Amino acid sequence: MAMEHARRLDRIFAALADPTRRAILARLAADEATVNELVKPFRISQPAISRHLKVLERAGLVSRGRDAQRRPCRIRAEPLAEASAWLERYREFWESSFERLDELLEEMKAERKHGKRGKR
Amino acid sequence: MKNTGTLQVATQGDREVVMTRVFDAPRELVFEAFRKPELLKRWFGPRGWSLVVCEVEFRVGGGFRFVLEGPDGRKMGMRGVYREIAPPERSVHMESFDDYPGESQVTAVMKEQDGKTTLTVTVEYPSAEVRDIVLKSGMEHGAAESYDRLSEVLGEIRQAGTTA
Repeated sequence: MAMEHARRLDRIFAALADPTRRAILARLAADEATVNELVKPFRISQPAISRHLKVLERAGLVSRGRDAQRRPCRIRAEPLAEASAWLERYREFWESSFERLDELLEEMKAERKHGKRGKR
Repeated sequence: MKNTGTLQVATQGDREVVMTRVFDAPRELVFEAFRKPELLKRWFGPRGWSLVVCEVEFRVGGGFRFVLEGPDGRKMGMRGVYREIAPPERSVHMESFDDYPGESQVTAVMKEQDGKTTLTVTVEYPSAEVRDIVLKSGMEHGAAESYDRLSEVLGEIRQAGTTA
């Protein structure tokens, strides 16, 4: 289970490592599109776009519509959320610590003010 | 990065993690909070965790030893040695965790503007593998690749999503 999860994450990150695939995802985040609609703005061949889409599909980042003619591509949000959970964990540890530090700093500032006034 | 209280975490290259955070206090105070054990005990570690061991010998070549204890009694220990100390702007230390292999170099830089301090911490791990192990501690993930571009990617995608 854990290994399967790791492999899935690796596929997601490998898919995201390529600038063209990131651009395709950014385009699909705006609206679904067919392969032909993707060929135009990217100015690369249709087979090349199809290859990138396959990688994205295998990573679960993109799904294809059932309409036999158009088969529009759509972005899928869940795998992206899973990927962002990775950095989120690290962030949480520190953010939770830093929130406590904020409180401490407020006290330190108040004490400092108080101390200075006391000396006058 | 104008907002106080927003922690940014990103990977840099394949061995580094960079954290940025703004504090609403002058950097002398922030620097003090990072070096004095009695202050560290009041903030270091997520809520519910306590710093049960906190020994700091704050001089170049001096060491530190921290042990955090979680709500379930789980302990996490770390130790290190200070390499460079330039109060209140910069410090560099080496650190290692009891439970993970390798030693990482931690550089903290504090810049002050209008009474607020921007803290930038760069952690350089001995290898990409160690970085990923540390980053995923507590997660159920196994093997790892280098995930460098993630935050950039998520940013791009989020942007595209909002401009749509």
